[in-house]
Amino acid sequence: MLNNITMGQYYPVDSRVHRLDPRIKLILTIAFIVAVFLAHSFVGYVILAGFLFLSCRLACVPFRLLLKGLKPLRMIIILTFLLNLFFTPGDDVWVSFWIVRITREAFLQALFYSLRLVFLVAGTSLLTLTTSPIALSDGIELLLTPLKKIHFPAHELAMMMTIALRFIPTLLEETDKIMKAQMARGADFESGNLLSRARAMVPLLVPLFVSAFRRAGDLALAMESRCYHGGEGRTRLRVLKITRSDWIACGVLAVLLGLIILEGIVLKGVLF
Amino acid sequence: MSIEVRHLTHCYSEGSALSTVALEDVSLTIEDGEFVGIIGHTGSGKSTLVQHLNGLLKPSSGQILINGEDLNGEQVNRRALRQRIGLVFQYPEYQLFEETVARDIAFGPKNQGLSKEAIDERVRYAMDCVHLDYQKYSERSPFELSGGQMRRVAIAGVLAMRPSVLILDEPTAGLDPRGRDRILSMLEELHSREKTTIVMVSHSMDDMARLATRLVVMKDGKILATGTPREIFSREALMLSAGLGVPAASRLCGALRQKGFDLPADLYRMEELREHLLRLWRHTGSEAGKGGPAC
Repeated sequence: MLNNITMGQYYPVDSRVHRLDPRIKLILTIAFIVAVFLAHSFVGYVILAGFLFLSCRLACVPFRLLLKGLKPLRMIIILTFLLNLFFTPGDDVWVSFWIVRITREAFLQALFYSLRLVFLVAGTSLLTLTTSPIALSDGIELLLTPLKKIHFPAHELAMMMTIALRFIPTLLEETDKIMKAQMARGADFESGNLLSRARAMVPLLVPLFVSAFRRAGDLALAMESRCYHGGEGRTRLRVLKITRSDWIACGVLAVLLGLIILEGIVLKGVLF
Repeated sequence: MSIEVRHLTHCYSEGSALSTVALEDVSLTIEDGEFVGIIGHTGSGKSTLVQHLNGLLKPSSGQILINGEDLNGEQVNRRALRQRIGLVFQYPEYQLFEETVARDIAFGPKNQGLSKEAIDERVRYAMDCVHLDYQKYSERSPFELSGGQMRRVAIAGVLAMRPSVLILDEPTAGLDPRGRDRILSMLEELHSREKTTIVMVSHSMDDMARLATRLVVMKDGKILATGTPREIFSREALMLSAGLGVPAASRLCGALRQKGFDLPADLYRMEELREHLLRLWRHTGSEAGKGGPAC
């Protein structure tokens, strides 16, 4: 019933990209996003697409998984395309009937902006496909560590993220079980109007909340009995180290950024 | 009500990379009035099997026939059927949700669409079955009861629907000996007094020795053997291969036989072992004129 929901979209294989330091991967993803916004022409997009494709190959992730990440956002992408297509002013009219006017400029701009969205989603998907949620929250914690100086709770935030991620499958399983148990007592979750359906959720939600609180209490007790007292003075089992391949990855991204900036200067105004 | 399982196979997350076969070609018939015990190691498919018996899980292939009618047929009202085949899940106390014990137990009968008087009568009946005093407990919150009491409230919630078949998945797991004993004697009573057909999944061979009229041994999603407890428990090698033990009485009996005691091989209840030992003791005592066999 609920077991077809897999947690995150981490693709568990061992590759050069998977082995990169999560901090570096986060920074590189941000750099990639900046590059996407800096690109001024389709030439830049060809460079970005080439980069994405190659890193995808290097990460041993099937390219279609990268595109699958676009599925939930397809409505937004289509909407962006249509809005730009119909409402961008231009001179070179292609089609014109009633109040609709489609120009060459509008078409190119629509394509450009919707492709920008595609690149943003695909680029960030590559991060989540190659980094486990736990490693990701580790990376976020370490990146936010400098903010501890202004009393930003970096460790606590990362711990909360880790725990939340850890309990999503557990709670899904629990939901499934309680749902079945109430169905065995004749509960009906599927029919009726909105109000009666909402009411039918009570026998599901109350036990679910009770057990979530119970688990939270148990977990807090277990953590305290292992002397957990927050992030202060805490060391880690696996210390993240910047390796040579991390530097190489940074270098590659720097070259990419440089190319995109160069393209912006050289080709500025060629397509628009 | 008879339940017939025919060549049942069930795969979890079928068609995906994580697909696992939980049950493979299982066939089984449960007759009216039986007390069937399903035993097996963790992950042998017991829970998956019982969830098929009232239609909560759909078979990947195979059929479940209730009184000869296919449970997953198009005409069948599965919701109504679930109320005639009551299923008590593992740790059922985690499904309680109402403000009072009485209202929680009334959830099932209310879903059956009964009148207020009938519901009240059912609640009293169910609480009586699980030995909870109506006066004392009906208006208490289920969340302030002890673990054993909560479990009995949850079982009452299923009994209140007056199912003709009662299925229980590990009803005694995690209870103290007293709580366990109460649940077991309650089941014993239901089976003998109300003639309810009972199917129980359990890890405890001693519970099974006490109650079951027939045992089904499962291993890796298949049925390894079925038979009376006497037949099953006398085959210790079979039980060990299924990753299970035998009841304490069988173990003791085996150990005594190895020491040369003249006992039948198929004893599995403490009471009958005691009978035999006493008889043996009296017998040898009168022959030798002193204290029983030396060991």
